[in-house]
Amino acid sequence: MSTPPRTPQTREAAVAIGSEPLGDGGTGKRRRLGDTVFRGAATGAGLAILLILVLVAAFLVAQGAPALLASPEELEARGYGQFASWVLPYAFGTLWAALLALLMAVPVAIGIALFISHYASRRVAQPLGYVIDLLAAVPSVVFGLWGSLTLAQSVKDLYAWLNANFGWIPFFSGQVSGTGRTILTAAVVLAVMILPIITSLCREVFLQTPRLHEEAALALGATRWEMVKMAVLPFARPGIVAAVMLGLGRALGETMAVAMVLSGGRNITFQVLTSDNPNTIAAVIAQNFPEAYDLKRSQLIAAGLVLFLITLLVNMVARWIVARRSEYSGAN
Amino acid sequence: MKISPIAGTVLAFVTAVSLVGCAANEAPTSAAPGGESSAPGASALSGTLQGTGASSMKAAQEKWVADFQTANPAVTVNYSPDGSGAGRDAFAAGGADFAGSDRPLKDEEIGAGKFAGCAADSSALNLPVYISPIAIIFNVEGVTDLTLDPATVAGIFAGTITKWNDPAIAATNDGVTLPDATITAVHRADGSGTTNNFTDTLSKLAPEVWTWGAADEWPADLSGENATGTSGVVQTVTQGTNTIGYADASAAAKLGHASLLVNGTPLQPTAEAAAAIVDHSPKIEGRPEHDLALSLDRTAEGAYPAVLVSYAIVCQTYADSAKGALVKAYLGYVASAEGQAAAAGAAGSAPLSSDLQAQVKAALDSVK
Repeated sequence: MSTPPRTPQTREAAVAIGSEPLGDGGTGKRRRLGDTVFRGAATGAGLAILLILVLVAAFLVAQGAPALLASPEELEARGYGQFASWVLPYAFGTLWAALLALLMAVPVAIGIALFISHYASRRVAQPLGYVIDLLAAVPSVVFGLWGSLTLAQSVKDLYAWLNANFGWIPFFSGQVSGTGRTILTAAVVLAVMILPIITSLCREVFLQTPRLHEEAALALGATRWEMVKMAVLPFARPGIVAAVMLGLGRALGETMAVAMVLSGGRNITFQVLTSDNPNTIAAVIAQNFPEAYDLKRSQLIAAGLVLFLITLLVNMVARWIVARRSEYSGAN
Repeated sequence: MKISPIAGTVLAFVTAVSLVGCAANEAPTSAAPGGESSAPGASALSGTLQGTGASSMKAAQEKWVADFQTANPAVTVNYSPDGSGAGRDAFAAGGADFAGSDRPLKDEEIGAGKFAGCAADSSALNLPVYISPIAIIFNVEGVTDLTLDPATVAGIFAGTITKWNDPAIAATNDGVTLPDATITAVHRADGSGTTNNFTDTLSKLAPEVWTWGAADEWPADLSGENATGTSGVVQTVTQGTNTIGYADASAAAKLGHASLLVNGTPLQPTAEAAAAIVDHSPKIEGRPEHDLALSLDRTAEGAYPAVLVSYAIVCQTYADSAKGALVKAYLGYVASAEGQAAAAGAAGSAPLSSDLQAQVKAALDSVK
């Protein structure tokens, strides 16, 4: 779905069509009716999203409230124990796994996107774009199976080597896992999963770079890399941020793949090669929900509320970053 | 955010969905043979029976349901493997006609009038219907046979014994070359009756080492590798190196099963050794007649101690006598020799001894 770079002429033409006053003259009544219907449908769709979000939040609050309001002793007896200290390691694990995934996925995604938009010939770029989009369609359980059956298996010797030779780096210290099912493996799986989203969005943003900027840079004697550095990347920065945040959102909420790959517990640690990893909120819910009842169930739903808030916060930060540079954002 | 209703690996997920789906609507012709002639009750029975509870006997229940519905086409039996606690709660609230539970009801949980589906003067009965030995599975380079005493097992899972060539392990394994490798002990990530019975075994047989008692969830202050579901543990132990874990014996046939050294005898998790503990265990005292709640004696002579016993919890007298007749017919098949053999074939459980089968039958005869 790689779109060819727009020429300035087609951009202007698009603007001209878009800015034509609606419902004006000519076609008369039929045009106005269509306008009303479309306006209603669009408004309805916009409101539906808000309504769904509110309902989700209301559900989480209502169902999680018993655990949030229960006394610590009661939670100790019937639930999973005091809520804040119970959920904290999982909240940490969620953010830590997502951060590691981003560290691996973002540079690769930007590289692929730049290759498709500015380096590859069209014959190569188009199929490559399809393949990347195809990767986004692979269900997460398949990534989970791959991660637990193949990836963990093949990296455990590498982990042992890393631990033996680079154990002085705090991240690689500790007792190395004998199965490879560590948070680093989970992060690699997550990175592969969020790669297509980030790549697709970055590619679209890079293609939006005004051709005149690029040509001006090249005309001034810039190499292709200098042109990318001077014209493409600054223009695309808010778009990249938005893409990264979307990827982060998926990494934060990913459940099945993490539940299958990670040996997750309840300790907060930055070591990435050991068996004792902080689990993620989504995986904890998935693992424990089928047999949970009473306060345990409420506690898991309240953990879902925490995840919801984390995701909301991340998205708000992303919006804020994009809004700061709104003059470049893809919206205009 | 995606919350899957089923935890565990995809395989578990897919199996659960497809089998539970079948169980409710099992076509009379599609069930396996063997149940037709054996299931009791004429086809005069009709109605719907709802069971809720332990997922440990999910595979066995699916087999029983299929066989029973083949013999009684007008009866629909649903078994929701929502977990023991959910099952007990649903039964007490009247949402389930019988509960499946990995432990019997406690003294304070039974009593007349505490169960919405039962007659006002009726309490509940605990009937053991499913016995599954829990194997200690291992995958250690160059080791095919392993014998461990309970204190050593407790030390390994508590993290105090960390190397395979630890003197405590070597002491019970003469002639076995143990590698100088770190032990990866794998436990369940999700709450489970298997974990409860395994930790109970450790706390009974090695109380000085295992001080965490018995619980569905693995103690939070203990570290170690974990995995979701029985299949997850088996897979992790199989794929890892120098790993050890615990799982229902039937689910881990391909892995080495460590022998547990109890009273000087190394015991394998066989069906006979597992059934033996149930025969040697006294009933919990002070219960109504026909209540078969067992106080498992894990130190019994010649009995493999790590055993999971699942109960069916039923009313003494049902408020709806038609339900009572259905429960009697269904569980009568479950506890029969044929039903137990069917479960052994489908789920790898250890059949109840004929003596216990007779006791369950007598108890069911008293149900109204």
